[in-house]
Amino acid sequence: MALEKITQVAGRGVYVPGDDLDTDRIIPARFMKCITFDGLGEFAFYDARAFAKEAGEVHPLDDKRFEGASILLSGSNFGCGSSREHAPQALYRFGIRAIVTESFAEIFFGNSITLGMPCVVASGEDIRAIAKLIESDPAAILTLDLTEKKLSIADTDFPIQIADHAHEALISGKWDAIADLLDGVNDVKECAARLPYMAT
Amino acid sequence: MSQTLLDKVWEAHAVRTLPNGATQLLVGTHLIHEVTSPQAFGMLRDLGLKVLYPNRTFATVDHIVPTDERVEPFSDDLADAMIKALRKNCEESGITFFDLPTGKQGIVHIVGPEQGITQPGTTIACGDSHTSTHGAFGAIAFGIGTSQVRDVLATQTMALHKPKVRRINVNGKLAPGVYAKDVILHIIRKLGVNGGLGYAYEYGGTTFDAFTQEERMTVCNMSIEGGARVGYVNPDETTFEYLKGRPYSPKGGDWDAAVIRWRATASDLDASYDDVVTYNAEDIAPTVTWGINPGQAIFIHEQVPFPSDIPQKDRATAEEALAHMNLKSGEPIKGTKVDVAFLGSCTNGRLSDLQEVARHLKGRKVHQGVKAIVVPGSQGVAALAESMGLAEIFREAGFEWRGAGCSMCLGMNPDKLVGDQLCASSSNRNFKGRQGSPTGRTMLMSPIMVAAAAVTGEISDAREVFGVN
Ligand code: SF4
Repeated sequence: MALEKITQVAGRGVYVPGDDLDTDRIIPARFMKCITFDGLGEFAFYDARAFAKEAGEVHPLDDKRFEGASILLSGSNFGCGSSREHAPQALYRFGIRAIVTESFAEIFFGNSITLGMPCVVASGEDIRAIAKLIESDPAAILTLDLTEKKLSIADTDFPIQIADHAHEALISGKWDAIADLLDGVNDVKECAARLPYMAT
Repeated sequence: MSQTLLDKVWEAHAVRTLPNGATQLLVGTHLIHEVTSPQAFGMLRDLGLKVLYPNRTFATVDHIVPTDERVEPFSDDLADAMIKALRKNCEESGITFFDLPTGKQGIVHIVGPEQGITQPGTTIACGDSHTSTHGAFGAIAFGIGTSQVRDVLATQTMALHKPKVRRINVNGKLAPGVYAKDVILHIIRKLGVNGGLGYAYEYGGTTFDAFTQEERMTVCNMSIEGGARVGYVNPDETTFEYLKGRPYSPKGGDWDAAVIRWRATASDLDASYDDVVTYNAEDIAPTVTWGINPGQAIFIHEQVPFPSDIPQKDRATAEEALAHMNLKSGEPIKGTKVDVAFLGSCTNGRLSDLQEVARHLKGRKVHQGVKAIVVPGSQGVAALAESMGLAEIFREAGFEWRGAGCSMCLGMNPDKLVGDQLCASSSNRNFKGRQGSPTGRTMLMSPIMVAAAAVTGEISDAREVFGVN
């Protein structure tokens, strides 16, 4: 399976402020009643968006100015909670192609990388600075350069971090592990044969 | 060289190192349920792949099953489509399915141990973050996403990086009225909801030595709420005793050989850890959450905190939590009015949980206006509880006695909070919207504290309500 080498993601940005934005908020459980991931995009941050509407406010994801944004910025411990791949899938299907936060929950991070959606870390200060730049010019293009490990907007570069293994997987087009795993099936069988409980 | 249990299990299951440096890790036991598996089977079909070891995957249905009207077709079309999809996928692939008519259905993390499928020294994966529950048996158990469910179905392996290990000691005797749930809420409160990122938690110390197998499960269950994907307890006599005679446990001579193997998987006494923390059991009191993540917890005799008393980095979340929960800083948490009491979930829906509550609840009545439901974690738990007369005690007290499933833990079936109802819950997550209503409010606590709230209609100290001392 040849996968695309992901070295750069460019697009407009949208900032959803907050820490510990959990998977129940990214996609409320009631929208997980499905047997495919198709159509999940419209339910991304569904409740938060509905609350904003009720309160007469506009959630960033519904804000016309940020429509079509593909780079999502947020706070720390993003994606904590459940293992549901529905969360990154919903964001991906909403149109998000990269996420920049102060930190990610582990399962969410892994699930996103497997989709080929880079999750990178920047300092809170930088994220807020970038958010300001987006706010003042929503049409500005953000460029996430994985090779150079930087995020650029309006001639300014911000350093980003990403775990080495995920970085390598993205830029070498090996972010979905299935091909490598399938290659090892003979070794898998040998390993399984050594484990008594696998025989039952 | 001395090793931790994690080292040993990892070594035994490491198939090879992948080009990107990750380990291709054999997943000995794979558990699936209806929410995170259908897409994985779909991906498998798209790729033209088959299930490699159908005898090492076990299925059950838990998240979407109604707990009252359980006849099919379910009134919810989507739920009905999900159970049918699982049934079909299992049939086509030759996977054992603990389906509703088998009498063995239940929450996946309760069924595995109950059937004896969960065993020491094994690796277990499931498309559910509370898979860490199985670590209570000295297994290395991971929650995984749907793409990884696909990987495990197709190759019985997944690509993983080895976590670091933090040893968490709790020593001493818990005071009467303080339970395993309070221990894990306390640990998360201390270490934070992302304190466990990159770590496996190894729980030990004299408190854990004395814990029953089911108490250990309660603690391991919530490891992920502290950010740790894996949590485990070294296997010992308590573990072996629990497993003996269960349907999938080794039998006869195999049993003795298995116990010898299992014993050897425990961490060596001089194993070194990446981090060690130690708590005293005596310092832990009944704990309840006041916020919207499980780390926002206080003792029952404490006051709702002021954001200004909270570290800067957590302050914004605290303010958001207070607004959502409609609680006032400085006021005692005790006395907060509750609308719903939910007893169940993979954290606290096992027989010992129901027994402990029934013992105290006997002869008491649910407070007027409180909706109280008890949802056994599995059909097995339900059958035992019924035969022991526990169901009767609950019903007489005014609890609704339901069929097995996840139910109001996440509100994917018809059991949901309505509006901003406040729920005293024995489950594991108090996220906004978790229990099915976007404005619903959840307070996590031990089963006995849920019962106390049900009886008094407000958050109460169970020790006072039930005269425990
Ligand atoms: S009981 Fe709750 S936490 Fe446990 S598996 Fe079900 S939904 Fe998940």
